[in-house]
Amino acid sequence: MDLLNNLALGFGVAVSFQNLLYALMGALLGTLIGVLPGLGPVATIAMLLPSIYALDATPALIMLAGIYYGSQYGGSTTAILINVPGESASVVTAIDGYQMARRGRAGAALAAAGLGSFFAGSVATLIVAAFAPPLTELAFKFGPAEYFSLMVLGLIGAVVLASGSLVKAIGMIILGLLLGQINTDVISGVPRYSFDIPELTDGIGFVAIAMGIFGFGEIIMNLARPAEHREVFTKDVKGLWPTFEDFKQAYPAVLRGTALGSILGVLPGGGALLASFAAYTLEKKTRGKPGEVPFGQGNIRGIAGPESANNAGAQTSFIPMLTLGIPPNAVMALMVGAMTIKGIQPGPQVMTSNPQLFWGLIASMWVGNLMLIVLNLPLIGMWIKLLTVPYRFLYPAILSFCCIGLYTLNNNNFDVYVAAIFGVIGVLFYKLGCEPAPLLLGFILGPMMEENLRRALLLSRGDWTTFVTRPLSASLLLGAVAMIVVVTLPSIKRKREEAFQEAD
Amino acid sequence: MKIKSEKDFWAGLMFVVVGIGFAWGATAYSFGSSARPGPGYFPFGLGIILALIGALILFESLTIEVDGGEKIGPWPLKQGSIILGSVVLFGLLLPRLGMAATLPILIGLSSLASGEFDWKEVLLNAIVLTVGSWAIFIKGLGLTIPLWPTFITA
Repeated sequence: MDLLNNLALGFGVAVSFQNLLYALMGALLGTLIGVLPGLGPVATIAMLLPSIYALDATPALIMLAGIYYGSQYGGSTTAILINVPGESASVVTAIDGYQMARRGRAGAALAAAGLGSFFAGSVATLIVAAFAPPLTELAFKFGPAEYFSLMVLGLIGAVVLASGSLVKAIGMIILGLLLGQINTDVISGVPRYSFDIPELTDGIGFVAIAMGIFGFGEIIMNLARPAEHREVFTKDVKGLWPTFEDFKQAYPAVLRGTALGSILGVLPGGGALLASFAAYTLEKKTRGKPGEVPFGQGNIRGIAGPESANNAGAQTSFIPMLTLGIPPNAVMALMVGAMTIKGIQPGPQVMTSNPQLFWGLIASMWVGNLMLIVLNLPLIGMWIKLLTVPYRFLYPAILSFCCIGLYTLNNNNFDVYVAAIFGVIGVLFYKLGCEPAPLLLGFILGPMMEENLRRALLLSRGDWTTFVTRPLSASLLLGAVAMIVVVTLPSIKRKREEAFQEAD
Repeated sequence: MKIKSEKDFWAGLMFVVVGIGFAWGATAYSFGSSARPGPGYFPFGLGIILALIGALILFESLTIEVDGGEKIGPWPLKQGSIILGSVVLFGLLLPRLGMAATLPILIGLSSLASGEFDWKEVLLNAIVLTVGSWAIFIKGLGLTIPLWPTFITA
């Protein structure tokens, strides 16, 4: 058995006392920094990169893997506890996770996120080991037209995330896409909508938008309630652990999320991100048990699915990096950077020329996941304690950390102002009944979508039919159309509205 | 003409205005052709689509009857201006006064928004958070954040 031999080789490398220690240290540092709002995995890895200079290649990458998983989980923790997603992939986790926390079920939410991620990470490790070569072929079949269609599908999927009006949600997506247009055009190098402000030529930071709308906006809306209704979190904390009922609900979601994440993660360019959104959509469409908490109100499936997908996707996104040498996201780009520092050129040759490192890395991914569980399950109790702090103490603390985080993004105060503006916009959205989550997704995907659209049109010499004549692209678009039809069909629409009215 | 849903009316109007704004802004950049899309191609198209969607929402808000008229209700002007004002002040003061002075100002000022201001509590919160932030961000992570006012360090 090749697979077993390879994994045995990998684990032989990864599971030494010294390497386990590095993995644990990485996960610890990653979690501690990752829970600070504004410091996502990219910032965390960038910050801690110097700490691995002195290490050998294998322990260095193992420690980085620990940092990566730790900071990713830290981002989900803030999404659940204070509704500020630490990174783009945990935007959907915040939707139901925060609601669960408000109902005194933060422990169950954090445990579901952690255990789901661990399971997904374990399965994805096996998938990477078994299917790296064939999955790479699939990634090769994706041209710009397919990427564009995939993103359309992802965005349409996001529409069904919103619990309000369908048309308004589509409007919010497009608004997000337009906000993503404030940047320097990648193809021609022309700065757009920058009003001669140099900071705007790099685009608005994702963190500034997320903190402004979700962080500041949420605080203002909470404070606007009379003090006696303000207590955001119920005092009645219902246990630190998921109940048996929770497990029964969450495990199918974990399985679905893992499958979806493993497939989408292979696609270079935001695969893990799309995976978490797609998984949320899938969960929302899947019929739950009768009497289940509705989505958007703290349904455990809304956390277990996306978190598993996210983690599985993060794992399989190593495939394009290791086989094609293309980093699929910023985190992987930093990993490539770290490998190069250590004198390893990523690419298809790594698997054959340096099998110990290749399989050691894959095994260490799993070890990183394991450390995360070992570390974070005991920490859940501590996070819960944090929520019992009265709101009049808590919100100045959130403000302080957000402001410091914003300032340190680029070491200037511009991002602080941008976030303040988005705080106003967040209140406006809240008042007008526009849900901000689709906007954020549009914003993240906007630049990628434009690039792929323009490339596809270039390749087809301006022929728009390229999107429907290429079979893979056509089936993705068909899926998007099918989703819209399903949502707008009168009978289903009525059911959708009923479901949300029940929720009110 | 009577507004049937206040929320949708203003949301629709917002989409129309922003959409037209972006589309109009896009005319400043080369549009290119479908075979060779320029930097203005994508934002122009998106702006138009957004304006159309906004128009649809506007139309619905004027024609479809909803219960209670979906009123917007009072704006949280006081809380909003205190919170965001203190954030902007933080941005203004941090490079000049350093974190040791700016953070307590942010915490003290923003605490006014809660309506349950108790100066002893706020003072305690400010001290704990400022010392904690110094330990985490400056001491622990080695981030370059000015700690003391420039007139002291200079």
